[in-house]
Amino acid sequence: MISWLWLIPALPFLSAALLILFGSGWSRRAVAAVGVGSIGLAASITFLIAFRFWSAPPAGDAYTQVLWTWIRAGGFQPQIGLYLDALSLVMILVVTFVGFLIHIYSAEFMAEDPDYSRFFAYMNLFVASMITLLLANNLLLLLLGWEGVGLCSYLLIGFWYRNPNNGLAARKAFIVTRVGDTAMMLALFLLFSSLGTLQIQDLMQRASHQWQAGSTLAATAALLLLGGAVGKSAQLPLQVWLPDAMAGPTPTSALIHAATMVTAGVYLIARTHVLFAMAPAAQLAVAIVGATTLLVAGCSALTQHDIKRILAYSTVSQIGYMFLALGVGAWQAALFHFVTHACFKALLFLGAGVIIESLHDEHSIFRMGGLRKELPVAFWTFLIGGSALAGLPFVTAGFFSKDLIIWNAWSAQGGHAMLWIAGMAGALLTSLYTFRMIFRVFFGPLGTPVTRRFGYRMNVPLIVLAFLAVVGGYLKTPLLGFLHSALPATIERGTRGLTETGSEAVAGILFLIGLYFAWLFHLQKRSLADALVANSTARALDRWWFADWGFDWIYEKVFVRPFVWTANINRADLIDTFYTGVGRMADMLYRGLSNTQTGRVRWYVTGMAAGTVVFIAMVLYL
Amino acid sequence: MELTFCIAGGVAVLSTALMLTRLNLVHSLLYLVVSLLGVGVVFFVLGAPFAAALEAIVYAGAIMVLFLFVVMMLNIGSQSAEEEKRWLTPGIWTGPAILASLLLIEVAYLAGTGSFGSTTGSIGPKAVGMALFGPYVIGVELASMLLLAGLVGAYHLGFRTPEKPEIRHDADTDERRTDTSGDLVLAGADRPARTP
Amino acid sequence: MFSLGLTGLLVRRNLIFVLMSLEVMLNAAGLAFIAAGSRWHQPDGQVMFLFILTMAAAEVAVGLALVLQVYHRFKSLDVDMLSGMRG
Repeated sequence: MISWLWLIPALPFLSAALLILFGSGWSRRAVAAVGVGSIGLAASITFLIAFRFWSAPPAGDAYTQVLWTWIRAGGFQPQIGLYLDALSLVMILVVTFVGFLIHIYSAEFMAEDPDYSRFFAYMNLFVASMITLLLANNLLLLLLGWEGVGLCSYLLIGFWYRNPNNGLAARKAFIVTRVGDTAMMLALFLLFSSLGTLQIQDLMQRASHQWQAGSTLAATAALLLLGGAVGKSAQLPLQVWLPDAMAGPTPTSALIHAATMVTAGVYLIARTHVLFAMAPAAQLAVAIVGATTLLVAGCSALTQHDIKRILAYSTVSQIGYMFLALGVGAWQAALFHFVTHACFKALLFLGAGVIIESLHDEHSIFRMGGLRKELPVAFWTFLIGGSALAGLPFVTAGFFSKDLIIWNAWSAQGGHAMLWIAGMAGALLTSLYTFRMIFRVFFGPLGTPVTRRFGYRMNVPLIVLAFLAVVGGYLKTPLLGFLHSALPATIERGTRGLTETGSEAVAGILFLIGLYFAWLFHLQKRSLADALVANSTARALDRWWFADWGFDWIYEKVFVRPFVWTANINRADLIDTFYTGVGRMADMLYRGLSNTQTGRVRWYVTGMAAGTVVFIAMVLYL
Repeated sequence: MELTFCIAGGVAVLSTALMLTRLNLVHSLLYLVVSLLGVGVVFFVLGAPFAAALEAIVYAGAIMVLFLFVVMMLNIGSQSAEEEKRWLTPGIWTGPAILASLLLIEVAYLAGTGSFGSTTGSIGPKAVGMALFGPYVIGVELASMLLLAGLVGAYHLGFRTPEKPEIRHDADTDERRTDTSGDLVLAGADRPARTP
Repeated sequence: MFSLGLTGLLVRRNLIFVLMSLEVMLNAAGLAFIAAGSRWHQPDGQVMFLFILTMAAAEVAVGLALVLQVYHRFKSLDVDMLSGMRG
C-alpha cells in the first residue's frame, strides 16, 4: 500500500498534462471531473497511506521509494526518489486534503470563466509540484518542485492575463522569489561541493559528522537556505510580492498563497534542521526574521482596505510565527501551526471569495457591511476562521498552535524574552485586524447589496474547513507525538517564572483586548475610527503601514531604477554590436565586391591585364 | 636585311600607334592595313615567305576588308567622330599606358634573357605544308571545323527577318499592344513599341 | 605591338576599335611565333601562325555579326553600354 506513494504526485501531473493537451475541447463537467477528481484520488491515496503508516510504521520511521536515477554524471547521481516520514506525511495530507476542498470550491467559483480548463491544469500542476517538493528525497528534486510551484504561482497570479496589472504582479512575485531561489541554489552548490551528496538524509549524516557545531560552512549553508525560504515564504525582506499576488483568482490565493506554497520555506528549514541546529547564529537569524516579520505584517494588515490584502498580510504574519518557532527550535510546534493555519487561512480566503463574488467583485471592507444575515454560511464560517486566526481560547485550533509557539519562544533553548514579547504583540495585532475585518464586513448597516448566491460546492468546503479549524486543536498531542519520529523534540530551557498556562492566559487576555478595541472602533462608535484617522500622526502612520512599511518604495529606488537606467544606456547593446558587426562587415565586403562587377568589358580586360602583369612579376622575381 | 627589318618594324609600330589615336573610324582601319603589311614584310625578312604571303592575302586582304565592309554598312560617319572626341580625353590614356608598359618591360626582360640565334635561312611553303599534313593534321581538321562554326554563327547572327507590318486588332486601340512576335531584333527589347 | 594593342583595347570605347585592337594583339602573337620558328629553323612557328590566322578570321566574322546586332539593338557602338551583367 505504501508503495502507491508515487501515485500521489503522478496523478495530478497526469491530469495537468491531459488538461493542457485536450482540456480546451472538453466540456466543463469533464474538466472539473478530471481536475478535481485527480486531487481527490491523490487525497484518498494519501489517507490510505497515512493510515497504514500510522498503524504500522516502516523501519526507521521512514519509507523511501526510488523511481529512477535522474542524472548520471560521475559522482553526481541524483535520483527521482520519494521519501516519506512523519514530516512529509503530515504536509502532504494537508496539501492534498485542503487542495481537494479548494478544487471543489473552484469548480463552482470559476464556472463562468472561459479559461476553465487552463485554470484546473495549472492548479493540478501546482499540486503535483508541491507534492514533489514535499516528497523529494534529495535537494535537487526538491528544487525541481520548488521551481515548479514558483512557475505555477506565476501562471496563476497572472491568470487573467488580459489585464496588464496582473502580469506585473505575477512578474514581481516571480522575480522576488527568484532572489530567494538564487540563495537556495548557492546553498545547494555549497552543500554538494563540501559534502558530496544532495540526498537529504545522507547530507544530514555527513554534515553532523564532518562539520563541527558552529562552523562557518554550516552557518553559511543554513543562511543561504534561509534566504531561499524567505523568498518563497514571503518573509522580511522579500515579503513584497505576496500582497500583490492577490491579483490572482481567490482559490489560487487560498491554495498557494495561504495554505501550501508559502509554507515550502518552513518545510525546507524543518527538513534541514540538522544544519540549523549546528549553526545557532543562523537559527537565531530565523527567529529574528520570523519575529520582525510578524510584527511588520501585522501592522500593515491593520491599515488595509482590500479584504484579500488583509488576509495576505495576515498570512505573512502567521508564517512569521512558524519561522519564529523554527528559530527557537520548536520544530513540531511550527508544523502544528502550519496544519491549523492551512485550515483556517484557506477557510478565510474561500469565505472572502464568496463575499467578493456575492457583492459583484467588491474588495474593500469599507464598502461592505451587514452581511451577517445575507450570507449566513459565509458569516459563521468566517467567524470561526477569524477566531481561530486570532486565537479564541480553548475552542479554536489556532489558539493551541499559536500559544504553543509563543510559549516556546519563552521556554525553548533558543528562546528569549524579547521573542515572547514580540509573539504576544503579534497576537494582539492579529486579534485587532481580524475583528476589524469581521466587524466591518458582517456587522453594521448594509453596504453593497448581495447580487449572487452560491451553491453547495462552495459552501460545503467552507463548512468542512470550519469544522477542522475547531477540532484541529485537539489534534495537538497526537500530532506532536507523531512528528516526534521525524523532528527532534524541543529542548526546554526552564520556565523561569512563567508556566505554559500563564502564557496562554496572557494570550487570552490580549485576544479579548483586541476584540474589545476592534468592536469599539469598528462597530460601536465608528466615529472613533474616523477621529483616529483625522489625527495627523495617526494618518502618517496609517499611510506608512499601508504601503507595507515602504519596502516597495525602497526596492524601487535601490534596485529597479538603476537597473532600468543601465538597460536604457545599453540600448544599443555593447555585446550585440560585436555580432552585428560581423554581419555588417560581410555586408560591406559584399558591397565592395559587387562594385567590381561593372559589366563593362574594358574594366574586365584591365583586370586581366593587371593580373597578368602581377603573375609574370611573381614568376620572375619569386 | 637588317635595315629592311628595322624600317618595316618601325612602320608597323608607328602605324599601329596612329591607328589607335585616330578619331575617324575609316582612317584607323587604313592605318591598320598598313601595319599588317609592315608585319608581313617583317615575316619575309625573318625567313617565312609563306607566312608573309598569308598575312598579306588573308589578314590584310580579307579580314580588314570585312571590317571595312561592316563599317560602311553601318554608316556611322560624323556621329562617331563626335563621340570619339568626347571619349578620348588625354587622362584616359594614363592607366592603360602604365599597365601596357609594365607588360612590355616584363616581356622584353623575358625575351632578353634568351639566346639569340642566327636568323638566316628561310623555311619555304613546302616545309610548312609537310608539317601541316604530318604531325599537325588534327589541328588542320579542327581549324576547318572552327571555320565552319564561324561561318554558321556569323550567318545566323547577322540574319534579320524583314520587318512585318503590324497587325492592328480592331477591338483595342491601345498603341502599346502591338504584335511584335515576328521581330527578332525588337522582341524583348526594353523600348516602346513603334507606332505606325 | 602587343602592348599597343592592349592599350588600344582598354582605351577605345567604340566596339569596332575594340575588335581592331584585338586583331593587333593577335597579330603580335603570331609575329612572336614566326620569330621563334625562324630562330630554331622549324616550320612549327609558321604552322602556329596559320592556326592563329584561321582563328582570327573566324572570330572576326562572328564578332562583326555581333556588332551588327548590337548596333541595331542599341543604336550605338559604345562598349560601356553593354553592361547588362552589372552587379
